[in-house]
Amino acid sequence: MSKRVGIEVSLAIGDAVRLANADVIAAYPITPQTHIVEHLAELVANGELDAEYIPVESEHSAMSACLGASAVGARTFTATAGQGLELMHEVLYVASSMRLPVIMAVANRALSAPLSVWGDQSDVMAVRDTGWIQLFVENGQETVDNVLCAFRIGEDPRVLLPVMVHLDGFYLSHVIEAVLFPEQSQVDRFLPPFKHPVPLHPDRPVTMGAFAMPIIYSEAKWAQEVNLEAAKEVIFECWGEFGKLFGRNYSPVEHYRSDDARVLLLTLGGFSETAMTAVDKMRGEGKSVGLVRLRLWRPFPFAEIRQAVKNAEVLIVLDRAISFGGPGGPVCSEVRSALYGEAKKPKVIGFIGGLGGRDITPSGFEEIINRGIEIAQRGSDREFEIFGVRE
Amino acid sequence: MEKYAVYVPKLVTKKENFAPGHRACIGCGEALAVRLACKALGQSVIIANATGCMEIVSSPLPYTSWRVPWIHTLFENTAAVASGIEAGLKMLMKKGRIAQKDIKVVAMAGDGGTSDIGLQALSGALERGHDFLYLCFDNEAYMNTGIQRSSSTPYGASTTTSPAGKVSIGQVSWKKNMPAIAAAHDIPYVATACPSYPFDLMAKVAKGAQRGPAYVQILSPCPTGWRHAADLTVRMGRLAVETGMFPLYEVENGAYKLTFDFPKLRPVTDYMKLQGRFRHLSEDIITEIQQRVNKEYAKLKEKAS
Repeated sequence: MSKRVGIEVSLAIGDAVRLANADVIAAYPITPQTHIVEHLAELVANGELDAEYIPVESEHSAMSACLGASAVGARTFTATAGQGLELMHEVLYVASSMRLPVIMAVANRALSAPLSVWGDQSDVMAVRDTGWIQLFVENGQETVDNVLCAFRIGEDPRVLLPVMVHLDGFYLSHVIEAVLFPEQSQVDRFLPPFKHPVPLHPDRPVTMGAFAMPIIYSEAKWAQEVNLEAAKEVIFECWGEFGKLFGRNYSPVEHYRSDDARVLLLTLGGFSETAMTAVDKMRGEGKSVGLVRLRLWRPFPFAEIRQAVKNAEVLIVLDRAISFGGPGGPVCSEVRSALYGEAKKPKVIGFIGGLGGRDITPSGFEEIINRGIEIAQRGSDREFEIFGVRE
Repeated sequence: MEKYAVYVPKLVTKKENFAPGHRACIGCGEALAVRLACKALGQSVIIANATGCMEIVSSPLPYTSWRVPWIHTLFENTAAVASGIEAGLKMLMKKGRIAQKDIKVVAMAGDGGTSDIGLQALSGALERGHDFLYLCFDNEAYMNTGIQRSSSTPYGASTTTSPAGKVSIGQVSWKKNMPAIAAAHDIPYVATACPSYPFDLMAKVAKGAQRGPAYVQILSPCPTGWRHAADLTVRMGRLAVETGMFPLYEVENGAYKLTFDFPKLRPVTDYMKLQGRFRHLSEDIITEIQQRVNKEYAKLKEKAS
């Protein structure tokens, strides 16, 4: 029988990695991700997880060591946040381009300067185009479930791609939640050992990471794009299988009281649960408001997003990162462009908020929704709104 | 010196794991060094290669010169990639997912990828004690990008980013003592080698591969970057050693041992005058270099005594 336990979400990630029986963990400490790798170190030290733990000297080396481990066929995990993710940046492209299914938890954090260890999604947005599968989770249970799914998705021979599981730094990584852990036998059934089709081994020499002249580079990149797009089907299949086995279902775009709503709010990550409280209150007041949450960030769920918002009149997108000098938040830009060609589509209003750990309360979400409706009706001379800033 | 018996060449494997047909320049000392190193390493090896000349000349998709498993990812992370390979193999063997086998893990990089941009990753991997061999193919500048200076470029050498000019002698800093930095990590084996001494090179690579972490720095004359005649590559390596500009030695468990101890070094000009990168140097500077080489060599002899 599965057990429900109260546990800090960072530690729960470590326990999920233990259940996944990872072979190699390469990790470097950075707030607010530290508790994840500390717990993994402890599990290895106590013999509860039989893995090689490489305490590297930087995040760049953490991801690089993961490349090597994955290339010989080891199940590989790491975790990072904020600056650490940025230091990994160039290595991230290599993981996806060389089809090495490294699994990584990212405790989302703001970027310097000014230095901020607190949460937002600036780190995520900066690695948007690195070719990784990227999922967002909102609570402890979703985190554990999706870390397990991440291994299965990434290592699927049809996919072979690295996966990031994004969770809010502090707001989710450091909270204690009730989490239902599956039994080891259930996990073993759900998640077979990783088998790299052509690992580095002297019995069958392969060359990995050869260089490409212009005559072949485009083809390599197009193959990568086709592969990432095709991964969508496997992701859905995995979630479907997970739902059947464990009774918890996940979809690329999650809906909350959104079917008949005239006004929709779109969020990513842990804030979504606070937004639900605001939606409930406004619904109670008779307002036609709903929430859609993006779970799958890459590959982007175009069809599902279009379907989810097609009946709404107003769609307010809340970003937790700024694209400086640009059209506002990166998520809003993408959603807007996904809807551009649609005959029937809502007005898209972009908001930015919750930067560097700034909280948005339920009444804050109400304010955002009300202001969004107002802008939809009267228009605005700004490309986007920034919420709660002192100008 | 036992390696120099006359029959030794016949014992060297004819098998080329670094296959011909690669795109290295004529007279490339590094290609020769890699070829010899691969003979010494044998079949049961996995190589992680940094970005650089050897990576570019040996792996233009869809061709490869590598007959052993080989991976290239980036420039500065080769020691970290090797760490992951070593850890992965260890755990997969422990868990019985692959058969027990002695597979040597070898990282290869140039001098820029080692003593400049890759130094942090290398230091980390040496400090953590991974069982791997790191080979630095030292051609004393960033040759792949067009002869820019590195911290391994010798004093006075003219490169494209340390050009000799009316008010500059070229490179103004002394060559970084990378083997000493590696040795400071208290690793089992550090050595210097040169393809002009092929059996010594192979012996050192084989020794380093036995127990890691090990570091071998291999001086690889580069006709293109040093501006010497392409048929003088082997001669150039010999002169570098005989003048004391690149002495050959080993540091085994902290103990220094000179491979060749010359009672009298040849003058540095014998080596420098054949190379365009030193052609601009005045008598004064050459004297200064000679004095420094004498001093460094004496220091090394002192350590080895």
